[in-house]
Amino acid sequence: MNTLFDKIWDSHVVTKVEDGPTQLYIDRLFCHEVTSPQAFEGLRNRGLQVFRPNQVYCMPDHNIPTMNQEMPIVDPVSKNQVDTLDKNAKDFGVQYFPMGHKKNGIIHVVGPENGLSLPGMTIVCGDSHTSTHGAMGAVAFGIGTSEVEMVLATQCIFQAKPKTMRIRFEGRLKAGVSAKDMALYMISQLTTGGATGYFVEYAGEAVRNLSMEGRMTLCNLSIEMGARGGMIAPDETTFEYVKDREYAPKGDDWKKAIEYWKTLKSGDDAVFDKEVLFDASEIEPMVTYGTNPGMGMGINSSIPALNSIEKSSRDSFVKSLNYMGFQSGEKLTGKPVDYVFLGSCTNGRIEDFRDFAHFVKGKKKADGVIVWLVPGSWAVDKQIKAEGLDKILTEAGFELRQPGCSACLAMNEDKVPAGKYVVSTSNRNFEGRQGPGARTILAGSLVAAAAALTGKIIDPRTL
Amino acid sequence: MDKFKTLTSTIVPLPIENVDTDQIIPARFLKATSKEGFGDNLFRDWRYDKQGNPIKDFVLNDPTYKGEILVAGKNFGSGSSREHAAWAVAGYGFRVVVSSFFADIFKNNAMNNFVLPVVVSDAFLSEIFSSVKADPKMTLTIDLENQTIKNNSTGKSHSFLINGYKKECFLEGLDDIDYLLSKKDKIEEYEKKRVAF
Repeated sequence: MNTLFDKIWDSHVVTKVEDGPTQLYIDRLFCHEVTSPQAFEGLRNRGLQVFRPNQVYCMPDHNIPTMNQEMPIVDPVSKNQVDTLDKNAKDFGVQYFPMGHKKNGIIHVVGPENGLSLPGMTIVCGDSHTSTHGAMGAVAFGIGTSEVEMVLATQCIFQAKPKTMRIRFEGRLKAGVSAKDMALYMISQLTTGGATGYFVEYAGEAVRNLSMEGRMTLCNLSIEMGARGGMIAPDETTFEYVKDREYAPKGDDWKKAIEYWKTLKSGDDAVFDKEVLFDASEIEPMVTYGTNPGMGMGINSSIPALNSIEKSSRDSFVKSLNYMGFQSGEKLTGKPVDYVFLGSCTNGRIEDFRDFAHFVKGKKKADGVIVWLVPGSWAVDKQIKAEGLDKILTEAGFELRQPGCSACLAMNEDKVPAGKYVVSTSNRNFEGRQGPGARTILAGSLVAAAAALTGKIIDPRTL
Repeated sequence: MDKFKTLTSTIVPLPIENVDTDQIIPARFLKATSKEGFGDNLFRDWRYDKQGNPIKDFVLNDPTYKGEILVAGKNFGSGSSREHAAWAVAGYGFRVVVSSFFADIFKNNAMNNFVLPVVVSDAFLSEIFSSVKADPKMTLTIDLENQTIKNNSTGKSHSFLINGYKKECFLEGLDDIDYLLSKKDKIEEYEKKRVAF
C-alpha cells in the first residue's frame, strides 16, 4: 500500500477484469530482433496496425557481430532475424535504430542513455532484463512474445498485480565493492526463486549512494532472483542523469516533470508484502561457482560443503559443480581463467569501462587469456574514446569490440568453447549460456579486470 | 485454440530443480522468425550430444516415459523471458507442466500458449516422482473445471489455483488479444487523462 510501485502501477490501470488480471497501459515498448518477429507476424495475421508507433522503439542487439558491423552479417540465420526486424520496423512505422546507427546498442543501455526511459513510466520489452530501466524510477519488466503482440496492438498488457518487496542496503560499501557485488550477494542470500511473484524496490544508504549506472546494474539483476522487476525512487542523482538527454522533457515540460517525479516515492506509511535488510558493509567482491546466479560467494570464500545443502537440492548441486569442474568445499581464488568478458546490459556502461581501464592502467594483459571488451552501445563507445580510455586499454594490451549483447548469450560468434572458464560481467551462468559447454564465473568489472591481468581468479584488492 | 477441460495422461518426470529457459531451449535456437519447430530442440543440450546423437539416459530419450504432462522440480522456467521456451514445451506435445514452483514469466508465456502450469506442494510433487519410479505407466488427471490434479497411483488429489479469467480462456480456447481489442474505447479514454512527458 502506498509504495512507489503502487503509485505508478495504479496510475496506469485502464480496467480490471473481474477475478482476473489488470489491463495496464504501457508508456514505452522496446523490441529487439529475437522476441518480436512472431509478434509482428501475429499483427499481420490479424490484419492489425501498431496502435501507437511513436511509443515503440526497436533495435537489433542479440545477434549482431562485435567486429565488422559495417559488413553484412555472415551467419544467414542471424542475418535473417535482423533483416526481419528491419522490415517489420519499416512496414509498421515504429521508431528504429538499426545495426551501426549511432543510437544502436543493447536496448537496456540505449533506453536510459537517450532519455527514452523516464521516471514514472511503465516500460516493457520481450526481454527479462527490462528490469534495468527500473533504476530510473519506472515500472519496467520483461514479457513474452504474445504479450509484445498485445502491446503492439493495444499499447496495453494484461498482468496480475505482483506483491511488493523492499530490499534495503544500509551502511556503506567497502572500497572495491560494486553494485554487481551487491546484486550477486543479494541473490546468493535470497536464491534464484526468492523474489518470484514480487516487484522489488531497492532503498537504503548504499543504494542512494550508487550512480545511475550502478543502480541499473542492481535493477538489471532483479530477475535473477525471480523478481518481476526492481526499481529505485528517483532523486537528484536521477534528475541530473536524465537532464538534457535527447528524448528527456525540455523547458517548461522539464519543470513540470521534475515536480511530478519528486512525488514518486514510497510514503512513510507504505506497507510492503515483504521487507529485507542487508548490511552493505559486509559485502565482499563476489564470484559465482555454480550454474545459476544464486550460487555465489565472497571471492575469498569456499564453495559450500555438500552436507550443508538441503537434501532435496543435493542432486542439482552436484550436477552443477560437475558441469563447472569444481569440488564442494574448495576455494576459487588462484584458479586459471581462459576468457574474460566485460560487457552486457548488466555491466556494459561507461562506469564499467572506467573501472576496468583505471584498474589495468600501466599494467599488461596476461598471456593466454582471451579478453572481450564490448561496450553496451555506440554512445558508450564514443564516451570511452572521448575520455581516452581506449588508449589506456590499448597500452595494456586490450582491444575494444563493437557494441551488442555478444558473449552474454552467445547468439553471435562470441562463443566461449566447451570446458573453458570465463570470468564474465554478464548476468547468467546457466549451462551453455555463453556457448555449449562453456563454464561461466559471474563477477563485477574489477574482478574481471584482475582476471584479465593475471589469468586467474583473484581478489582485485590484492593487486 | 483447442479447449481444455480435463486431461488424463502418463507423465514425463524431470526431477531437476531450477530448470532455466536456456536449458529448455538454448539461445542458439532462438533465431527462427516463426513459432514452429521449437519442440525438436526442447532440452537440446541434455537430449543430444555434440554430434547430435540422443543421450540415452535423458528422460525424453527413454521410451519408458511418454505423455502429455511434464512433471519438473521446483522453480521451473527461471531466467530469460523467451516465449520460445513455451513454444518448445507446447511443440513437443506437452499440454500441462506440473511443478511446486514456476518462474513468473514462463508461467504467463505457458498460459498464453495454452500449456497449463499446475502448482502443487513439494510433498505432492515428491509423491508423483515416487509413484512414477514404481510404475512408469502411472497417470495424472487434471480437471480444470474443478481445479484439481489427481495422482491415480495413490488416489490422492490436490487443488490448484488459476484466476477465473485465465480459466475461462482455457475452457473456451480464447486469447488475451481478442479481449484487449474489444477495449479500445477504454484505452483511448485513458490516454486523454494520462500523465506523459
